[in-house]
Amino acid sequence: MHGLSMKLHLTDDTVVAGRAFGADREVGGEVVFNTGMSGYVETLTDPSYRGQILVLTYPLQGNYGVPEGPFESSRIQVEGLIVTRYSARPSHHSLVTTLGDWLKSHNVPAIEGVDTRTLTRRLREHGTMQGFLLRESTPIEHAKANVSSIDMARVVGLVAQGEITRHPGGDTRVLVIDTGAKASIINKLQVRGAAVTVAPFATRWEPLLDEVDGVVLTNGPGDPADLMPLVERVRTVLARGLPVLGICLGHQLVALAAGARTYKLPYGHRSQNQPVMDVVTRHAYVTSQNHGYAVDERTLPSDWAPWFVNLNDGTNEGIQHRYRPFRTVQFHPEAAPGPLDTEFLFDDFLRMATGMR
Amino acid sequence: MPDVRHMARSTFPARPRRALLLGSGALQIGQAGEFDYSGSQALKVLKEEGIYTVLVNPNIATIQTSEEYADAVYFLPVNAHFVEQIIVKERIDAILLSFGGQTALNTGLELEASGVLEKHGVRVLGTPVAVIRATEDRKLFVDRLCEIGVKTARSRACTTPHEAVAAAREIGLPVILRGAFSLGGKGSAIVRDERDIEAAVRRMLAGVPQVLVEECLSGWKEIEYEVVRDSDDNCITVCNMENVDPMGIHTGDSIVVAPSQTLNDHEYQFLREIAIRTIRHLGIVGECNIQYALEPATGDYRVIEVNARLSRSSALASKATGYPLAYVAAKIGLGYTLPQIRNCVTQTTTAFFEPALDYIVCKVPRWDFDKFPGVDVSIGPEMKSVGEVMAIGRSFPEALQKALRMLEIGVDGLDPDAFASGNIRHELQNPSPRRMVLLLARAFHEA
Repeated sequence: MHGLSMKLHLTDDTVVAGRAFGADREVGGEVVFNTGMSGYVETLTDPSYRGQILVLTYPLQGNYGVPEGPFESSRIQVEGLIVTRYSARPSHHSLVTTLGDWLKSHNVPAIEGVDTRTLTRRLREHGTMQGFLLRESTPIEHAKANVSSIDMARVVGLVAQGEITRHPGGDTRVLVIDTGAKASIINKLQVRGAAVTVAPFATRWEPLLDEVDGVVLTNGPGDPADLMPLVERVRTVLARGLPVLGICLGHQLVALAAGARTYKLPYGHRSQNQPVMDVVTRHAYVTSQNHGYAVDERTLPSDWAPWFVNLNDGTNEGIQHRYRPFRTVQFHPEAAPGPLDTEFLFDDFLRMATGMR
Repeated sequence: MPDVRHMARSTFPARPRRALLLGSGALQIGQAGEFDYSGSQALKVLKEEGIYTVLVNPNIATIQTSEEYADAVYFLPVNAHFVEQIIVKERIDAILLSFGGQTALNTGLELEASGVLEKHGVRVLGTPVAVIRATEDRKLFVDRLCEIGVKTARSRACTTPHEAVAAAREIGLPVILRGAFSLGGKGSAIVRDERDIEAAVRRMLAGVPQVLVEECLSGWKEIEYEVVRDSDDNCITVCNMENVDPMGIHTGDSIVVAPSQTLNDHEYQFLREIAIRTIRHLGIVGECNIQYALEPATGDYRVIEVNARLSRSSALASKATGYPLAYVAAKIGLGYTLPQIRNCVTQTTTAFFEPALDYIVCKVPRWDFDKFPGVDVSIGPEMKSVGEVMAIGRSFPEALQKALRMLEIGVDGLDPDAFASGNIRHELQNPSPRRMVLLLARAFHEA
């Protein structure tokens, strides 16, 4: 491997050097880690990673190349990628390009040759940090003055743009309020026969509430507390009494709309092996997760109840209304990447929505 | 941090007082030290729970027969004749069948079929015998998986050479012949010529009641998952593994890596979901292993088998991931649910978790053909290795090189000049134990 040398410079002045295998570009962003052992294609295209530099703890990346699709969105969302070892000669029947060439074509820088175990330990000790991915010769002072990072307070506007789109389907009609939705959320609804209307959160979607049977609030990047105008609009959804399914950021938005509070986790949950338990049925599931914020369930109003709890750290993983068909989860039932254990939540939601018709 | 373990639903059956563990038995090809390990773990759990433990194991050279493990040890063969006598003498009320490999499992099936367990009021802890039978009897197994739309290799169970020839015609040559209820693929063979079937089947029927004539999946990827399920239907896959050697070479003779290296997330989760659905449908309680063949170009698959017991693969998976499969399986046998069992590594989380590795594990078998002059050194569907080594690395080359060096076969790793040169094409088509050291090294050398 004879790539350009690049370095990751963290705010605590940790510097790690590596060989570049992506685009020749300098970026800044929040540095986060994911422990999944497969699924880099889905992870890199997940809009919830927008603005972040991603560290993968599994050491071998790129083994099976990159297929023609499907992807979770139309572009690579991460700002930069850090891996231990990149496989430049992948093997898989579905591949059309290598991970390195794909990153280059999306203008996303990446380095390999980094001990991501040590780096991850540092991120776990210090909590999530800002960082710059720079050419080796670039002084950090220069980077701080010239390399821009995405304004995370406005990041959702970058990943959920455009017009309202309608995907025809069966009789059950669902409105997806898009804050950076993964394609798999829409796909899981469609394959179950729902007619799905996708409305970017900033569009005027309130009139559509008259013509749908249920509402899905999706995943997305950033801090939910930066979206208070949207939280106000979510209150109007709850006031309608339509079945609501919230996923990840959507879960946090519904919790805020209900009157609860959210807080930042020290280093987030980004993996495909998060165990959660349904506190009602006592059944446990393995889930895919990607979030840096969580709902403080002690602040839930009395007509809401915790639904899922994380078996590793006891944080909230879902809430439900005691009397109305509002249910939200912090994890990703659509998987992609990750386990399919909780896909049944889409069936449950559509059953509730169909029941409302 | 809230302790979530108390929240899990409890499903404790009546507590056993005197439990018998069927031990690992004699070491032989296909059945080695891994069952000493799993049995020892199970005995530890029973002791922790204050249950009187009895072990039957003829092999004095094992850890589990050491003084501190079982309350009473019988150095007797693991078979129905002796086990029944022990049950009576020790007033046994519970038995563990899945910790001593295939011999123990077969003994358990025999004891149940002959009514011995029922007669003496002995309860089987863990996976019920009817479920074990459904995983061992090929026809039952295929039927059960068919009920939930899970694909198995096309296969016919035959009891005469004549039937086998007819089955091979129907399935299409080549076919693989396997003995039902057999150990380490003993006597298995790939047959390409119809004229060879009769003799092969006749030979196999001398040792087993059924011969399976199966669709030959040689060249398909071979993938395994280790699955754990509790009596409350919580289910996880602790680890998946990929055989570097494709289908056609017994897993025990294959170089194996964990986790899988050539599956994308769709394939990984597709097979994981089938694993969980299958194990739930069968009703396994405890630990098991499910093996797949995956067609490399189309993603088509077959479930090859389910081992309703601790196996060579589960011992490897335990060591590869740090997840104590045997310990957890024993706890589940006593009625604990996965969220109730403490994670021995972290001490704060539960056994309901799937390890995420940040390294790769490589297992390489060790053969000892030098000690058996005149034997056929080719490797295939019948296991011939006598041991194995496991290495951990941060890259595949690191793990593989470490493993090859540890084999102590006179090489320090991949070495193009390690053995007298053979014909590469012949070696690729007719693999022998030296294939990896020689072929890979030469391939790299020439590239």
